[in-house]
Amino acid sequence: MLIRRPDDILPSEITPREVYFNRRQWMAGAAGLALAAALPKGLEAAPLSAAKSPFSTDEKKTSREDVTSYNNYYEFGTGKEDPAAKAGSLKTSPWTVKVDGMVGKPAEFAIEDLIKSSALEERIYRMRCVEGWSMVIPWVGFPLADLIKRVEPLGSAKYVAFETAFRPEEMPGMDSIFPVLEWPYVEGLRLDEAMNPLTLLAVGLYGETLPNQNGAPIRLVVPWKYGFKGIKSITRISFVDKQPATSWNKQAPSEYGFYANVNPNVDHPRWSQATERRIGEGGLFAKRRPTVMFNGYAEQVASLYTGMDLRKLY
Amino acid sequence: MAGRASVQGERKGFALPQVPKIAVYIVGFIPAVWLFYAGVQDRLGADPMRYLEQALGLWALRFLIATLTITPLRQLFNVNLLRYRRALGLLAFYYAALHLTTYLVLDQGLDLAAIGADIVKRPYITIGMATFVILIPLAVTSNNAAIRRMGGQAWAKLHRLVYLAAIGAALHFLLVVKSWPTEPIVYAAIVAVLLGYRLVRPMVKKPSPRRRAA
Repeated sequence: MLIRRPDDILPSEITPREVYFNRRQWMAGAAGLALAAALPKGLEAAPLSAAKSPFSTDEKKTSREDVTSYNNYYEFGTGKEDPAAKAGSLKTSPWTVKVDGMVGKPAEFAIEDLIKSSALEERIYRMRCVEGWSMVIPWVGFPLADLIKRVEPLGSAKYVAFETAFRPEEMPGMDSIFPVLEWPYVEGLRLDEAMNPLTLLAVGLYGETLPNQNGAPIRLVVPWKYGFKGIKSITRISFVDKQPATSWNKQAPSEYGFYANVNPNVDHPRWSQATERRIGEGGLFAKRRPTVMFNGYAEQVASLYTGMDLRKLY
Repeated sequence: MAGRASVQGERKGFALPQVPKIAVYIVGFIPAVWLFYAGVQDRLGADPMRYLEQALGLWALRFLIATLTITPLRQLFNVNLLRYRRALGLLAFYYAALHLTTYLVLDQGLDLAAIGADIVKRPYITIGMATFVILIPLAVTSNNAAIRRMGGQAWAKLHRLVYLAAIGAALHFLLVVKSWPTEPIVYAAIVAVLLGYRLVRPMVKKPSPRRRAA
């Protein structure tokens, strides 16, 4: 398959970091969260230029408004509106992603270097939440495989483990009376899943850097798996030889598996996964649509799971 | 849901200005009217159906809890709101009915196979349905004619089912969410306290020289 190399980001397109982040500090400090929520979203984001991808769907995109206001990011609260309201307090600069474990070239990447040195693509993916709703989101990012190749995993590495930032003082949902999850949020993929060309490290959406509520500055997107696999605000990526622990699996092992592949035939123990509601489609009277095996990406990923009993390895 | 006699008997309680019962219904229906209006105007956020469904269910639980606070308020704080209890109970039933209708029509699109499977396979749906079924006889007998026909004691016995309904509603809420968010736990705790009070009070209360109601 021919994949076009994207153009580099024009320097003129990038808001200088000082301007961008000073403004954010000022907002978080003096003006407070209420003002941050009231400001137009466009102010926060810097444009990213990205090449088109053959992996993009041509389904109707979910509106930017819905994508950035209806989120699950429990570090900021369990309500769908909590992340948009409260994630402004997360400082995303400076930000480094540590890559360690069983690799030939362990490294610590500054996020701006990682973005600059990667071939960014726009990937319009379906996103299916384990709760039974879905969206179509135009991510901007680069294949996780690109990063993996740079750090040269050892033959012993079988899995990739991910970790979200642990910052209780910037993440108000972390000190709720009843902790909903064990922090920091952790996720994992088998190495071959991580290397699949669909697996994306997203740094933006709708052509701009990620809003905090969507996992700024860098997050995982695995479109054939339930949304909770898409760990947000990643600080560490480790290569390991054993299946790593994952947050929702630790919280309720009988309900959330390590694989978490979208599968209409394997229900969540408490609710059906056969159908989903597409957000922004028809408002109050939207009809459910059937959920598709591997969220419609079976052609690219089904072979990863041949011979596996997906009822047991859900 | 209250016998008329006890209202008379408690007159010496804390004096509250009386408002017509119809006012309770009018105020009680404001959330429903607002929700449907906002829903039709597409102002309930990214997932309006789910918002509507959850909000209606939550109001049903709130009104159910309100009916359970009437007795402790009277016994512990001498605040007598007994005359409004029937309205609050019926509001709980109406909201539960709207919540159920939203689930059947808007959420499931009257897909009877899916609904049937849900009722059989999903404990939170089974419990939710059972809770609604429990509320039906209570709503149907929430009138003076029914009290007369049944006799006060039988009527009161039947209406103790409201305790079961409250447990069902709280469980239904706890089972529908992922993990253990604060809100359903808080509602379950309120229900537990209100029902626990009814268990504990007969044990700790010394026979009092004060009157039993009427």
